[in-house]
Amino acid sequence: MAANLSIAVPSKGRLKDQASELFERAGIGLRKSGHERGYRGALAGLDGVEVVYLSAAEIVHQLKAGGVHLGVTGEDLIRETLGDVDGSVEFLRPLGFGRADVVVAVPDCWIDVGGMADLEDVAAQFARAHGRRLRVATKYMNLTRRFFAGHGVTGYRIVESVGATEATPAAGTAELIVDITTTGTTLRANNLKVLEDGLILKSQAHLFASRVASWDASATKLRDAILTRLKP
Amino acid sequence: MASSLVTKPETMAAESALKFEALEAQATALLEIFRRAGYEQVAPSIIQPADIFLDQIGESIRSRTYVFTDLAGDELCLRPDLTVPVSRLYLERHPSADWPARYCYNGPAFRFQPDRRNQAHPREFRQAGIECFGETDREGADVEVVLLAVEAVRSAGLKDFRLRFGDIALFYALLDALSLPERWRLKLRHYFWRPPVFHALLARLARGERPNGDGLVMALADRLAGLPSERAEELVGAYLEGNGLPLSGNRSLSEITARLLDHAADLRADPLPREVATVIDYYLAVSGPPKEAAGRVAMIAKGAGIDLGPALYALVNRFGRLEASGIDLSACTFATEFGRNLEYYSGLVFQIEAGGERDADQIAGGGRYDGLLAHIGAPREVPAIGSAIHTERLLAAVERGS
Repeated sequence: MAANLSIAVPSKGRLKDQASELFERAGIGLRKSGHERGYRGALAGLDGVEVVYLSAAEIVHQLKAGGVHLGVTGEDLIRETLGDVDGSVEFLRPLGFGRADVVVAVPDCWIDVGGMADLEDVAAQFARAHGRRLRVATKYMNLTRRFFAGHGVTGYRIVESVGATEATPAAGTAELIVDITTTGTTLRANNLKVLEDGLILKSQAHLFASRVASWDASATKLRDAILTRLKP
Repeated sequence: MASSLVTKPETMAAESALKFEALEAQATALLEIFRRAGYEQVAPSIIQPADIFLDQIGESIRSRTYVFTDLAGDELCLRPDLTVPVSRLYLERHPSADWPARYCYNGPAFRFQPDRRNQAHPREFRQAGIECFGETDREGADVEVVLLAVEAVRSAGLKDFRLRFGDIALFYALLDALSLPERWRLKLRHYFWRPPVFHALLARLARGERPNGDGLVMALADRLAGLPSERAEELVGAYLEGNGLPLSGNRSLSEITARLLDHAADLRADPLPREVATVIDYYLAVSGPPKEAAGRVAMIAKGAGIDLGPALYALVNRFGRLEASGIDLSACTFATEFGRNLEYYSGLVFQIEAGGERDADQIAGGGRYDGLLAHIGAPREVPAIGSAIHTERLLAAVERGS
């Protein structure tokens, strides 16, 4: 059966579980087609919808390319990955889960550093003392660049980090980090503090619509049906 | 069907393949001029270690550089310009950096274009240029490189163009001559490269704004005032230990203490005298024909009762020599603000502009970068100046003009 609307949902982790609960509560539970480990499915009670299970990052790419009509993923990934957010996707509904703050955090022994304005001074001092730039460990390269540029901070470089970012200052592979935090516990355990004005983004999962997918009347109708069911 | 998970392929005509023959002919002629002037042709690697670019030029270039990790895990990049690769090549040939050398090149460079690439902003483009290392007659080398760049674009057929000059060393000379606490001088030097923040900083110093921050830390800073640095470090070390704050992030106790001592000094300091801030503002507003502009700088210095020394003399002298060599100074501008975007420049900076002020009109640029080689491994500071021509823009400007 050819589907009229495709929706991408996270294929693993807490985001997947929370997305499942969301659709279950709305009475249109996610149903995998084929065997249990397949990556396609449908919505119970709503014909014509194809569910595609993808990683949260791949969902962003498919929304951008128009490979899917709808997608559930984090605002952090959308803002990090897409050059033209408003031209690529529409924010249909915040979903109330997947909450995380993207923040700038420095070692808490840096008692001379309170806010972003201090960072550029520290960068200058660091360059004089060590002959190189401050290193910021992060997986959010674009969010970091934009935020730092907005605060006039330029004397740094990014080192890409895909895991255990919060451990890099203690390990000596970076001086500070940009990472997500929910309660701040992990940051504190690693002797890091968030700068006073270091909140880059308050993120949560949203239902996004691709602006470049082909939207015909039946796709639009199914989108509206899903949105109606998802009413809180 | 929309659910086919396929991205549309992009058309992939390499920008450097457009106008291939015309660019080749132009490059051959440019290189001939450079070689005749005594510049040896070199071809540095297109793939470069990313580290050097990122450490020297910073994130503003990284965001426009194609950086990748190869299968061995090395972080590499496609060169975003040729100055650093040619400097590395010089150091490979002359590790002790004690030999003068003149190199010329023509080859591709690569930059990501965040706002869509187009003819004026291609992601692959070819630079033809020259770099002059180890020449201790700095003014002589400055003049030589400007004249050669001008000769090159002129012989390629560019008729209408203007020259714009700036001088980073002159600004440093101004800061050195003004009466300022050293910590503010260092700060102003650093922020010179960040114009929007620079002016806010200057205004803040002139208002006499005190640093504010965490009360306990400020109280600590207050206790440090006037202490010798070892004693201050002991106090800060005790504070960190008492509060369970282990050192991490590669900054030493003495670095943290030094900034707290700066805070302490700022807490007690008189504001930057209004006259000093005004001198800096006036200086950075100077822009005009070179002789008038140099006269204006001299007047500002005289009014402030300071001596800019050899830096001002070099400025005047260079323009005199350029004029004697046939450069029409009435088609030139000297602006004290110019050159505030590429942090490795250290002296004369210049740009050749065709017609307007759009990026497409910036045909060639260059400048002195005496600090760069020591930063990438030379055992000493090496006098260095170079110039690069954006060959696609040169060709387009010549075609527009004819």
